[in-house]
Amino acid sequence: MSPTERLLKTPLHAGHKLLGGRMVAFAGYDMPVQYPDGVLAEHRWTRARAGLFDVSHMGPAWLSLTDRPGDTELAHQAISALLEPLICGDIAGLAPGGLRYTLLLNRDGGVIDDLMVGRPVAGDAQGSVYLVVNAGTKEADFAHILAALGGRVRLTRADDGGLIALQGPEAAAVMADLCPAALTMAFMRFRTFEVDGHSLVVSRSGYTGEDGFEILVPPAGAEALWERLLADERVRPIGLGARDSLRLEAGLPLYGHDLDETVSPIEAGLGFAVGKRRRAAGDFPGAARILRELAGDLTRVRVGLRVLEGAPAREGAEIVHDGLAVGRVTSGGFSPSLSAPIAMGFVPPALAAAGTRLSVVVRGKAQAAEVVSLPFVPHAYVRQP
Amino acid sequence: MLFTKDHEWIAVDGEIATVGITAFAAEQLGDVVYVELPDLGRTVSTGEGFAVVESVKAASDIYAPVSGVVTGVNEALASAPETVNAEPEGAGWFAKLKLTDPADLDGLMDRTAYEAFIGGR
Repeated sequence: MSPTERLLKTPLHAGHKLLGGRMVAFAGYDMPVQYPDGVLAEHRWTRARAGLFDVSHMGPAWLSLTDRPGDTELAHQAISALLEPLICGDIAGLAPGGLRYTLLLNRDGGVIDDLMVGRPVAGDAQGSVYLVVNAGTKEADFAHILAALGGRVRLTRADDGGLIALQGPEAAAVMADLCPAALTMAFMRFRTFEVDGHSLVVSRSGYTGEDGFEILVPPAGAEALWERLLADERVRPIGLGARDSLRLEAGLPLYGHDLDETVSPIEAGLGFAVGKRRRAAGDFPGAARILRELAGDLTRVRVGLRVLEGAPAREGAEIVHDGLAVGRVTSGGFSPSLSAPIAMGFVPPALAAAGTRLSVVVRGKAQAAEVVSLPFVPHAYVRQP
Repeated sequence: MLFTKDHEWIAVDGEIATVGITAFAAEQLGDVVYVELPDLGRTVSTGEGFAVVESVKAASDIYAPVSGVVTGVNEALASAPETVNAEPEGAGWFAKLKLTDPADLDGLMDRTAYEAFIGGR
């Protein structure tokens, strides 16, 4: 990093320094990779109690119709009809308050980004959708959306505020003190709540596999909310290092590593993100390829690997079967929960069944590995609150 | 105990040198989850990568502070790599080298010089 390169700061930046966060450049932001507890302790704390993450570098935004019809259902159908041609998810079919994981696709069916799209609850907010895109891709994503939709939509970015994730088995109990109404939401629901004079957009979602919430807070309220949550003894701050090891254990792909513009949703094992109605209609970018892959014509798929001996296999490590290179690791590291190395990578479908024995090559040495089903650590989502 | 700019330490007893990483290096690496040690009998040259230490986040090479032949490795690190964080300058040692040329020690820092070196970072 050259000293002339200016890193952006989230509204919580000063707080990270006070907590002793070790700061690194990430997606153009100066972010904490870990606090003094260290990655292992932070990871384990999140699995046992509740971890607090600053994810304000991501790209929350509202996409709204420029010309909104008076009828609320028509308004939602109109914004959906504009956004859907860029993605593979069913947005029209979202109930008020619903949040969906979906993918922005290029014309070849490759993933431009993975994102959340939510339909607001309030009648007067129909005709708008809530988006959360990745930090490293947000400028390109927003430009792509605006280039396609032109003057028919207005994009209101909210990435000047705080986006705070509270994750772990005690997240709900902590949230009960801050905003008890949020506990009535199931996994993948979101709503706006007034707390301490600020309007918070709270979703029951996350990137750890645990129950938890992501809270969008306006810039003026971000520090106070962060501090209030941290004052709870069940809560500790968690850096990007443990965020990565937690999402890897949860089998969740990371854009730029497990997903990129060459990878399709089907190859990535994200077929659930291609809506039923959208499949039937074949009306999304790259539909020809994706429908062919859904029918079984597939050359590679994302799998989980347990590395049975030796060093962690990291991104780029070759995957070998019978002496032949068959793929590469796209994410890999040490699993604190399993106390063993784990990885994700792409292999031909014939080698993707759980139990298949493969090797991963680390520093020239082939180490035994086995395909396992994802996630590595079971999800603990609250589907019925 | 002598130190390198790459944050290894070396303790010399006769012609045998014990090598590890400094407390500063261990703190910077974070939680060590795996250590790859050299084969016994391997000849290493000063500055050559001869071991690898892996944290949750990344792998880092460990460089030989002197030239020599590997006469021992710390087998205990295979099952307890966290010893590198707990006792980096003691039980968390990596390898023992039989010195090829004692003059290799001349360019290394003593503790006072090393602490000044890391203090200036």
